[in-house]
Amino acid sequence: MSDTSGTWRGVAAEDNDHIPEAVSLLLRTRSRRLLGDLLRPHRAAIGLLTGVIVVSSSAGLALPYLVKTGIDDGIVPMADGQGPGTLLAIVAAIVGAALLQALTRQAFLQLSGRIGQDILLELRRRVFRHFQKLSLSFHEGYTSGRVIARLTSDVEAIDELLDSGFDGLVTAVLTLVGTAGMLLVLDVHLGLVALVPIPVLLLFTRWFRRESSAAYRRTRETVALVIVHFVESMTGMRAVQAFRREPRNQEIFERLNADYRDANTRGAHLVAVFMPGIKLIGNVTVGLVLLYGGWLALQGTVTVGVLAAFLLYLRQFYEPMQEISQFYNTLQSAGAALEKLSGVLEEAPGVPEPARPRQPDRVRGALRFDAVEFAYKEGLPVLARTNLDVPAGQTLAVVGPTGAGKTTLAKLISRFYDPIAGRVLLDGVDLRDLDEDTLRRHVVMVTQENFLFSGTVADNIRFGRPDAPEEAVEEAARAIGAHDFIAAMPDGYRTQVGKRGGRMSAGQRQLVAFARAFLADPAVLILDEATSSLDVPSERMVQRALRTILADRTALIIAHRLSTVEIADRVLVVESGRIVEDGPPDRLVADAGRFARLHRAWIDSVA
Amino acid sequence: MPSDDDPALSQDDPEHARQVSWHALWRLKSYLSPYRRVLAVSWVAAALGIAAGTAVPLVGKQIIDGPVTHGDRGALLPLGLLALGLGVAEAVLIFVRRWSQASPVIGLETAIRDDLYRHLQRLPMSFHGEWQSGQLLSRATTDLSTIRRFLGFGALFLVMNIVQLVAVTIVLLRMYWPLGLLVAVSAVPIVIVSIRFEKRYIVISRQVQDQQGDLATFVEEAAVGIRTIKAFGRGGHLYDGFDVTARRIHRTSLAKVRLASRFFTFLEVVPNVTLALVVLVGALAVAGGSLTLGTLVAFTTLVLQLVWPVASLGYILAMGQEAMTAADRVTEVLDTVPEITGGTRVISAPRGHLRFEGVEFRHPGADRPVLRDVWLDVRPGETVAVVGATGSGKTTLTALVPRLLDVTGGRVTIDGHDVRDLTLPALRSVVATAFEEATLFSMSVRENVTLGRHDATDDEVREALEIAQAAFAYDLPWGLDTRIGEQGMSLSGGQRQRLALARAVLGRPRVLVLDDTLSALDVETEALVEEALRRILADATGLVVAHRASTVLLADRVALLREGTIAHVGRHHELLATVPEYRALLAQDADLDPEEAVL
Ligand SMILES: Nc1ncnc2c1ncn2[C@@H]1O[C@H](COP(=O)(O)OP(=O)(O)O)[C@@H](O)[C@H]1O
Ligand SMILES: Nc1ncnc2c1ncn2[C@@H]1O[C@H](COP(=O)(O)OP(=O)(O)O)[C@@H](O)[C@H]1O
Ligand SMILES: [Mg+2]
Ligand SMILES: [Mg+2]
Repeated sequence: MSDTSGTWRGVAAEDNDHIPEAVSLLLRTRSRRLLGDLLRPHRAAIGLLTGVIVVSSSAGLALPYLVKTGIDDGIVPMADGQGPGTLLAIVAAIVGAALLQALTRQAFLQLSGRIGQDILLELRRRVFRHFQKLSLSFHEGYTSGRVIARLTSDVEAIDELLDSGFDGLVTAVLTLVGTAGMLLVLDVHLGLVALVPIPVLLLFTRWFRRESSAAYRRTRETVALVIVHFVESMTGMRAVQAFRREPRNQEIFERLNADYRDANTRGAHLVAVFMPGIKLIGNVTVGLVLLYGGWLALQGTVTVGVLAAFLLYLRQFYEPMQEISQFYNTLQSAGAALEKLSGVLEEAPGVPEPARPRQPDRVRGALRFDAVEFAYKEGLPVLARTNLDVPAGQTLAVVGPTGAGKTTLAKLISRFYDPIAGRVLLDGVDLRDLDEDTLRRHVVMVTQENFLFSGTVADNIRFGRPDAPEEAVEEAARAIGAHDFIAAMPDGYRTQVGKRGGRMSAGQRQLVAFARAFLADPAVLILDEATSSLDVPSERMVQRALRTILADRTALIIAHRLSTVEIADRVLVVESGRIVEDGPPDRLVADAGRFARLHRAWIDSVA
Repeated sequence: MPSDDDPALSQDDPEHARQVSWHALWRLKSYLSPYRRVLAVSWVAAALGIAAGTAVPLVGKQIIDGPVTHGDRGALLPLGLLALGLGVAEAVLIFVRRWSQASPVIGLETAIRDDLYRHLQRLPMSFHGEWQSGQLLSRATTDLSTIRRFLGFGALFLVMNIVQLVAVTIVLLRMYWPLGLLVAVSAVPIVIVSIRFEKRYIVISRQVQDQQGDLATFVEEAAVGIRTIKAFGRGGHLYDGFDVTARRIHRTSLAKVRLASRFFTFLEVVPNVTLALVVLVGALAVAGGSLTLGTLVAFTTLVLQLVWPVASLGYILAMGQEAMTAADRVTEVLDTVPEITGGTRVISAPRGHLRFEGVEFRHPGADRPVLRDVWLDVRPGETVAVVGATGSGKTTLTALVPRLLDVTGGRVTIDGHDVRDLTLPALRSVVATAFEEATLFSMSVRENVTLGRHDATDDEVREALEIAQAAFAYDLPWGLDTRIGEQGMSLSGGQRQRLALARAVLGRPRVLVLDDTLSALDVETEALVEEALRRILADATGLVVAHRASTVLLADRVALLREGTIAHVGRHHELLATVPEYRALLAQDADLDPEEAVL
């Protein structure tokens, strides 16, 4: 058991349609735990809800009975010449019961609606927060499409359960129990006959649960694939169109969509068997009660009134069964969704927060790699054992061929990943002992693939420091030479940048990302090819700004254009995951090694 | 417009929205036409099923009135068996309805989704630049399932319930008209309230749907931008934004619940009060002798039977409303006319003569054009470099050739044909582009490289990878079949760029457009790529955007783009000598000697 639970932890079960019974039990327990967790804060409200619904159902249950009494006790005496007193009382009771039912029902709907929405909000919050906590390596494997699928279509499946399912279930169960009670009270023998099919019902339900839970898992997985493909092709539409990928994409999409259709159809067919199956059991019971009851009535063992009441109540008895199976339906699909969501929530962050974080009083920005090794995939080392000491305030340039591991080095300093061996230290403190906030306040990285969020230019710069006043935003933009083009935009800093910054040119996006990093004002600044899309004068402007800004902080600059290196105190040459040269730029040029060659090539290239 | 806070959406004129919606949903019915027969079967089964269901209690009454009351033993068994048979028939009919309904309804959803996707692939970049995928996604998933649910369940019961209501009311009227009239009159408040409810519900459900789209957009940005978020430790900031949207949904949903609960309750209370009145009036009538007791019993039973159809009408109407707004949102996308559609011509033997003739380009709604009066003639086999400051319009210029954007003035021609006269596949097979940001997909390397040409041979792929110096792909764990992660994120920046370049040069296109595609390469790799590109460009027409002198040297001529128009065209060294602006843009040593720069 323990070993199954190990391998199937988290999102591991997502791609499997056929999972062992033990695992499926495990997944169910996990989902149930999450559900319990979500419901717990609403215990009191749920208690109240139950009270309300009992009143409401009893009032509903009383209506036929009252009608029957009205006919038996109200009309007959009146026909005998008595006053309409009893009748009026009973009619008043009917109206009262109807109003009571209405009021309690409305209260129930609103209360349960509120609880449901509260739970959804909590679930959304939790899952979103957890996704943000999970490490990059998780996101790389999981893809954004799935993140979206979890937070939209899966949450909606649960929404549906809370929205209609809960209502249906509670009402149905209460009606069921109430009616069963009534039946037994009216006549034990006949009541028992009416209740005989219940074991069959339970077996049938068990069958349905087994079959449909596989079907619904499949539905959720196939819809996730549809979503993933959809999102990815919309995101890359430029390449799709330019390279005439449309027909092939259409083919793939239609196939995934057809898989989803088949999974859905299978689910629908199961319900198509299950629902009428329940109905069949109910109707056969009615038939049997009619026969047996009729026979008993002929014998004179039961009265006609009882038989009539039986028929009225039996209708009410198997009707809710439909509701229950409808509920089962939504429950199954919500269950499958819950399974995925609980899997996500179970994923432990690959880069965990320390249990007892260290709080350095002042961060100066000294970095140290202590026998660090790293691999993205086991067995494929990207960074060989590396030792490196960067004193606070040093500007370090990292150069080397593409794919050498420069970005990887930077990502380790930003703790996007943890090394597989050794330690990365900031001012002598292992990064693993710093909490997220402290680390991010002091170490900021401008990544190769900068991302702009939809919103205004100012919003995007302010991403570096959300509480920055307008002047500070503008100052940061001025410092790196972005102010002019921003001011020239239609609404200046208030211009909407569009989806992913699409209303700006690539270079302009880089400048905004730069301004963002300057505004953040960290002790350690990492620039990963952050000026690659800029024209030479703009780049020069940025370098001039860097010179002043980097005076008192540690910086790691990755660049191919060696003009950027001019501001560095020290150069690292990285090749195939190793630091092959390390020293001040002038010395390296003189040494006639790797860097000297790069440098010569660069001078040739700009000539 | 998929904006976050578009107040226009919430203040839509409900009356107007309603008309649009009915219309939108009604239009989608054509998707059901292939299933006409199956649907007919399922509707007939539904009708018969309801009839059988109603007949069972009638048989029960027969048993009570007949055999039991009169002690007629002989009739008990056949009547009991009849009830049993009807019960079985009802179950079977329900089965037939549900089973036969599954394929049409799910098929409808699938077909619309396919069409939506197809249409989205035809819509131009100007559309995709504005619409977040999250917004599109919520239409392709949530909205379509809403429509499916209504058409699969709601529509049928909407009709069946109304038929049942009308039928029973007619029966009641014929049984004893004063009471029947009472029941019929009770429908009046239901109709009035329903109409009012419908108006308000439609606004609010559209609001919830739009907000769900916003949320999807938000989630999408948070997932795609995860690196940036982590780099700045802004998870909390993002969370706050998410929370605002999530709470907005919470609020609107609660308003929706409140509205619906009042309506649903009202629908339940009306038939129950009617029942009380029926009992009262009926009892008086019985006492007065104008009605028999038996009729009254039958009457009340029938009225009781009406409670469910009336009450469920509320749910069904709500469902219908949601389906209508969903259909509205879906058709909103389906009705967007693709502004860029292909012409009819095909160039049989393209030479690759590319000309910009007085080209102007202006973004919709912008007051200034990005490009204006651009004249440029790139002869077959020639390569022209485009140089210009950041934001001068270089990328825009390159996008006009494969018609990712369309000129707003002048024209772009290839071999004398306006690009707008060519079919899109023809045009886009003549022109290949490598974008400044490598656009890769989470597929295998091979699929990424052969993106639009999956018939490319292994040799062609090998050649393309070699030109782009991307042979590293063969050393990946599964070689060319290695999946490279979302947007190629499991590769380094330079590796991504080289794959994108390999894709562009695959199959040696006649016109090659390179938009600053070497920016992430180190100097040595860049030199190797340039050497290989030179061979390709020797007989292809090239348009190469460049920031570095080394790349410019790939070209025969250089065009200097300044503020959206071409200021100078000439050879690199000429321009370097005669145009100071050009020198400032390209020469690293403009104000700093490179030697001095490093030392
Ligand atoms: N997320 C990842 N998963 C697997 N491999 C990766 C990942 N990121 C980078 N790599 C691989 O690690 C190596 C080093 O990459 P990187 O550090 O990005 O190089 P660069 O020096 O160009 O910045 C490359 O071979 C790349 O393919
Ligand atoms: N969708 C858009 N709406 C409005 N302006 C845009 C849009 N896309 C780009 N621009 C503007 O057009 C100009 C040219 O952009 P681009 O062609 O990408 O420049 P570059 O020369 O750097 O490649 C930029 O100033 C940019 O802000
Ligand atoms: Mg890199
Ligand atoms: Mg550009």
